[in-house]
Amino acid sequence: MVQTDSISDLEFLAQTKFADCYQCGKCTAGCPRSAHMDKTPNQLIRLVQLGDIDTALKTNAIWQCVSCETCTTRCPKTVDCEGIIDALRQMSYERGMASKQQDAVVLFQKAFLDNVRRNGRMNEIQMIARYKIEGFAAIRRLGFLFNGAMLAPRMHMRNKLHIIGEKVRDRGVVRRIFARCMDGKA
Amino acid sequence: MNLGYYPGCSLHGSSDDYQQSLKACFDALGVSLKELDDWICCGATAAHTLNRKLSIALPARNLALASQQGCEELVAPCSMCSMQLKKAQKAMAKDAALAEEMGRIVEAQPNDTHVLNLLQAFDRVGLETIKAAVKEPLKDLKVACYYGCLLTRPPEVVGFDDCEQPVSMDKVVEALGATAVAWNYKTECCGAGMTLASEETVLDLSHKILADAAAHGAQCIAVACPMCNVNLDMKQSVIEARYGVKYGMTIYYLCDLVGLALGLTPKTLGINRHFVARKA
Repeated sequence: MVQTDSISDLEFLAQTKFADCYQCGKCTAGCPRSAHMDKTPNQLIRLVQLGDIDTALKTNAIWQCVSCETCTTRCPKTVDCEGIIDALRQMSYERGMASKQQDAVVLFQKAFLDNVRRNGRMNEIQMIARYKIEGFAAIRRLGFLFNGAMLAPRMHMRNKLHIIGEKVRDRGVVRRIFARCMDGKA
Repeated sequence: MNLGYYPGCSLHGSSDDYQQSLKACFDALGVSLKELDDWICCGATAAHTLNRKLSIALPARNLALASQQGCEELVAPCSMCSMQLKKAQKAMAKDAALAEEMGRIVEAQPNDTHVLNLLQAFDRVGLETIKAAVKEPLKDLKVACYYGCLLTRPPEVVGFDDCEQPVSMDKVVEALGATAVAWNYKTECCGAGMTLASEETVLDLSHKILADAAAHGAQCIAVACPMCNVNLDMKQSVIEARYGVKYGMTIYYLCDLVGLALGLTPKTLGINRHFVARKA
């Protein structure tokens, strides 16, 4: 289904012209994650060219992308392919359309931003604790909770775990920046 | 030489061995780093995947602080931070209305502070200066110079070195007396910030990088990004267990190698805090 509003919204977010893509597939050829995507990068661009944005928003492909910028760098038509994937992720997140399968990635990014919103800087231990607890509640696999935990004592030995995280002095401005960008506040 | 310094969360968190190394190395080169006061997180991947405005505003706030603090050149040794700062600058330079809106959002006006990633910072110091300061040449050391994604990509944002076949790190390594090996995975991605969110992705991509470096005779890999170091060093034992291989590949920050050649001890540089023990 063609949704012209969504095409222009998405083009604004991506800051690139979808129509410029002539489907050569160079983005997909260089993508380190394309083998694990349900739609390859050039197929994602085809979907948005055709206006089938809902299908693109529900793919797992957009959450498989590691933002390495290879696609954008190699595009012979200077289409910002990574920018399109970012725009799809932003829209998918805003509309709550990310598939269940992708919960871990979305929850991680959310835990990261919530932590920065509170402290101004990222406190790794606080952030990981929150991510593990919320992720476990959503995914319900014990493995998720304890994966990576074995590295903690080895990190501690190397003085790499900082229990007390840093906070910036002007946390007010950080909260206002987040409110203006994410909650539409003036 | 005086340069501004934006550490970013990693260098004040679990990758503070990188900060230790960088400071010791630059100090020995006569470069003083002045940390940006009250800097905030750049938003990293989380911001650019979830909210476009935020992904520009967080870096813009730091650029505004740099401007207020009279900082003309700002070293951001994390390649994610340097990329976010540069991208925000480029977006605002292209769109005056956006620049004005950002001024309102971050309550200060960002300016055109020159942002340097680690490779650009060494370029700024100059190869001749580095060469002249070498006390203990790293002869017989074969290094795979690993650039990863964001040190050279996208080229219209970074505007430095060649995005497909970069050589700036190789030149630094050779100035130290070491050999930079020719290999295929210089600019492939290690999985970056997916370490926690999608471990399988990181194990797969980082394994290929370690395998290619080993196949081309490298004794160690040099990186210029905290995430590359986490994925190749901290996760190396997990990769070895997952794929039934053994690499024992030492991972150095580029400033570790420069520091060693300048005669600093591994302990001063924090190399003893890495996961894979130093062999070469």
